[in-house]
Amino acid sequence: MIMKIFRSSKCVVILMIVAALVVLGTINVFAAPKQKNIILATTTSTQDSGLLDTLLPIFEKETGYFVKTIAVGSGQAMAMGQKGEADVMLVHSPDAEKKFTEGGYGINRRLVMHNDFIIVGPGSDPAKIKGVKSSTEAMKQIAKTGSLFLSRGDNSGTNSQEKKLWKAAGITPAGQKWYQETGLGMGHTLNVTSEKKGYTLADRGTYLAMKKSLGLNILVEGDAALLNIYHVIEVNIAKWPKANAEGAKAFADFMVSKKTQDIIKTFGVDKFGSPLFFPDAGKKVEDLGK
Amino acid sequence: MELIVQGIIKAFQLIISLDPEVMGITWLSLKISGTATFISLFIGVSIGTLVALTNFRGKRLVISLINTGMGLPPVVVGLFVTILIWRSGPLGFLEILYTPYAMIIAQAIIATPIVMGISLAAIQNLPPNLRLQILSLGASRLQMVWVLIKESRLPLLAAVMAGFGGVISEVGASIMVGGNIKGYSRVLTTATVMETGKGNFDIAIALGIILLILAFLVNLLLTQIQQRQHLR
Repeated sequence: MIMKIFRSSKCVVILMIVAALVVLGTINVFAAPKQKNIILATTTSTQDSGLLDTLLPIFEKETGYFVKTIAVGSGQAMAMGQKGEADVMLVHSPDAEKKFTEGGYGINRRLVMHNDFIIVGPGSDPAKIKGVKSSTEAMKQIAKTGSLFLSRGDNSGTNSQEKKLWKAAGITPAGQKWYQETGLGMGHTLNVTSEKKGYTLADRGTYLAMKKSLGLNILVEGDAALLNIYHVIEVNIAKWPKANAEGAKAFADFMVSKKTQDIIKTFGVDKFGSPLFFPDAGKKVEDLGK
Repeated sequence: MELIVQGIIKAFQLIISLDPEVMGITWLSLKISGTATFISLFIGVSIGTLVALTNFRGKRLVISLINTGMGLPPVVVGLFVTILIWRSGPLGFLEILYTPYAMIIAQAIIATPIVMGISLAAIQNLPPNLRLQILSLGASRLQMVWVLIKESRLPLLAAVMAGFGGVISEVGASIMVGGNIKGYSRVLTTATVMETGKGNFDIAIALGIILLILAFLVNLLLTQIQQRQHLR
């Protein structure tokens, strides 16, 4: 009996020591990056395309800031900014962004880069939209033939753009049998679209980055209505004094700096044969795509 | 099929080459979930034992609540923890949203009812006369509780395994309160979600396999402790 208690308490002690070591190790590691945090709310496309993985280490090394990237849709990113839960946003939903800055939630909205949206679909192309020049025309044809269309359905920049296209085409897709909402990020939605052999609107960056694992082709591209424009916005410190305004400004400045813009210009060329984004710092939105 | 094979090959490549990023993610998963389980062990066993050993009105209701808590949806926990600790929330001054601390808290909340429910059942399952016997041998109440806990160490270690298994495999709460930040709060499950989103299925499968191996090794260790006691 005594031996038994002795043995069992020994094991309990061993277990506790192991657990305590785990806790101690945890505390040591977590204590380091406590200060100088920046919360960056951004879209899934900047993360899924790998751009941030390239840029952030450079920024962190240069400035000593630690960037916490929260990759969500543009809609959620701005909702975070609106509550002061993020310091800086890198987003691509121009209409919502204007509302956001007009509401006094964000300041210093600056143009960073653009690429374009594309309509992708299966090789069989049941809606026969391949080569159609106008995006609205393509949307009409998808609706008319009742071909499956996968929507992000998450208020992201891509989702807002898609709704705009439906509106321009005079179609209300919600509730239609051929219209499904995934509620997922761009990468996941592309996977679903590929699996279901449907159509979807995607940003070129994410599509190119994932092309190898998808059974989808670019069917419609080059329409001026398909421009995908990214801005960086700092959260308004007057509204949210807890936000890290200095860090936000440092990050925004970094994004539009010459060096970063040069990296953006060539990002993806070695891997995909063409750049994923086109740097635009200092330009005017009206001049893009010309 | 080819993809699965690729994933398995990738997993072993990553393990054998000791890929620093994957090793970091794995180690972080172990630390966060281990710490959360450790916390839940204290809270779960003490409250579970207390409820098992005392009689009060509404005891059945409390036990039902604990048992319901064993199936607490991680995303719901994640949502509530997020709302509590974001900057504008009541605990916002702690500034722990999107940190591993937040993940530990959320995971501890998920694991605690699991540990509590199993330990409650374990203590209740002991023969009722045992308590009287121990007390009649001159033990204090605290000593009696300690002996009871030791007597039910088999199911209690099962409780630890269930709790750990629940949180190491959980993704909903971790991604919400941790944010999947590279090199900081990215764990095996959140990384798997992200790599799937990126279309890197082979890496996603590899991470899944590493997660399974990790869970297996931890359970193997705990089972060793549990069964060695048992065989004597």
